[in-house]
Amino acid sequence: MVAAEEGVDSILEVEDLTIRYGKHVSLYLPELSVRRHEIFGIIGPAGSGRTSFLKAINRMDLFDPTMDVRGTIRFQGRDVKEWRNVYSLRRRIGVVFPLPVGLPLSVYDNVALAPRLSGVRNKTDLDGIVEGCLQRAALWDEVKDRLDSLGSLLSGGQQQRLTIARALSQKPDLLMLDEFSIAVDPVTTMRIEDVLKELKSEITIILVTNLVQQARRLADRTAFFLNGTCVEIGNTEDLFAGKVADPRTEDYILGRFG
Amino acid sequence: MSESLFAKTALDERNQRVQRFYRRLFLTMTLLLILPVFVILTVLLSRGASVLSLSFLFTNPEQGMTAGGVFPALLGTIFLVTAALVFSVPLGIAAAIYLSEYASDNWLTRLINLAIINLAGVPSIVHALFGVGAFVLFFRFGTSILAASLTLAIMTLPVVIVSTRESLQAVPRAFREAGWSLGATRWQTIRHIVLPNAVSGILTGVILEVSRTAGETAPIMFTGAAFFLPFLPQSVYDQTMALSLHLFVISTQVPGVPEGLPYGVALLLIAVVLVMNSVSIAFRMYLRSRKKW
Repeated sequence: MVAAEEGVDSILEVEDLTIRYGKHVSLYLPELSVRRHEIFGIIGPAGSGRTSFLKAINRMDLFDPTMDVRGTIRFQGRDVKEWRNVYSLRRRIGVVFPLPVGLPLSVYDNVALAPRLSGVRNKTDLDGIVEGCLQRAALWDEVKDRLDSLGSLLSGGQQQRLTIARALSQKPDLLMLDEFSIAVDPVTTMRIEDVLKELKSEITIILVTNLVQQARRLADRTAFFLNGTCVEIGNTEDLFAGKVADPRTEDYILGRFG
Repeated sequence: MSESLFAKTALDERNQRVQRFYRRLFLTMTLLLILPVFVILTVLLSRGASVLSLSFLFTNPEQGMTAGGVFPALLGTIFLVTAALVFSVPLGIAAAIYLSEYASDNWLTRLINLAIINLAGVPSIVHALFGVGAFVLFFRFGTSILAASLTLAIMTLPVVIVSTRESLQAVPRAFREAGWSLGATRWQTIRHIVLPNAVSGILTGVILEVSRTAGETAPIMFTGAAFFLPFLPQSVYDQTMALSLHLFVISTQVPGVPEGLPYGVALLLIAVVLVMNSVSIAFRMYLRSRKKW
């Protein structure tokens, strides 16, 4: 494990986190921190606790009575359990799910939904947000002429970019992507990856991915999760250059298992 | 070589024969199902259509209900159905939203669900007696439109609740999670994401309710529907005539009714249900077109 670095500006700090479903421990993380403006990759086989980790960060465990979260997750220096208003916490954290979720609303309404719910009424403001987010998600040029057609009728790749635009619509500090490319063609995946590289200057990104090479292309640092625990966190370059602390990490990266 | 590759084997032959058999079996069952509907409509149309006319719709019954029109009964049925909808739709939808979106899965919720399903199985005459006890006597509404429509509402509530809950649960959980993760509250997610996606299923439940309510006789017989009233109800505390009871009365209780009259009334009852249903079908289509579904 990498010890908590002194003097590094981190947006997310985890201490002694245990996530259980019933008696089954899904994830135990003694320590982890995500730095501001980095892309933090999380790799590992299915069932290693990565998605549970994301759910614990934006308190989606509140919607799952079987999920039990203990320990501390500090976002922007505050324990997520002490954010009195979980809604404002969630507004600062954008989430993109594995399968694109184009809500059956118009393209415009998909992006404008969250700003509207948090009180933006002015049409000019909304137009600006919608255009800005769609542009940042590299979707604007494809949909600008049909903003009022149904979001759920877009192609899979377009819907996933729509989901990203929606996740950006409230100017989050943190964007969490959970295997975003699982249902997306390779060309679109590359476009989204370019988008993420650009977004890095504005926000922090946690990227959970099944594709080891995707983590290599994008992540500044990468964590390797296995069987509900974090085996290793390191600079992505180092890990892929073979500078690993645990042989299992190298085995996984080189495709020897998983 | 390539010929034999595409030749049917004995197993292929058998599988296809079995497949044809089942296809025909299911088709036959479906046609058998339509048959009674077809026969009923044919009989009603051939014997009752000649009775129907504008003056039949808009005049009072005359000569001990053996002649004249059915205006008070027609209006009464529309009143009763509308009033029952006003009570049961908001209540049923609210209960279904609670059960589907808020309630956690514990013994109490399961008990409530069981009770609702049982309520749907209670015979309508039992609902009628409950209506007499609760609304006519206890709440002192007397035999009135109010008491009758409340009884109808209680009777049809399970249909509304179950169909609404089914259509809410047909909305993918991913949609809700998308809403929650944007910082929307449960209610905002329901209001803006879940309900718009469930509305067409909910309306289907309402259609079922209208059909059932309009035709019911027992629950209104003791609670608010009158044998014969020469005037129209003035308030919800008045009694009213109703097509279903009127049909029962002229078919069994009144001597000397011309042969075509009951068929005409039955045809009208079906037509009323059809018209009320088409209103909600039209509304459903309007919602879809607005959503560019």
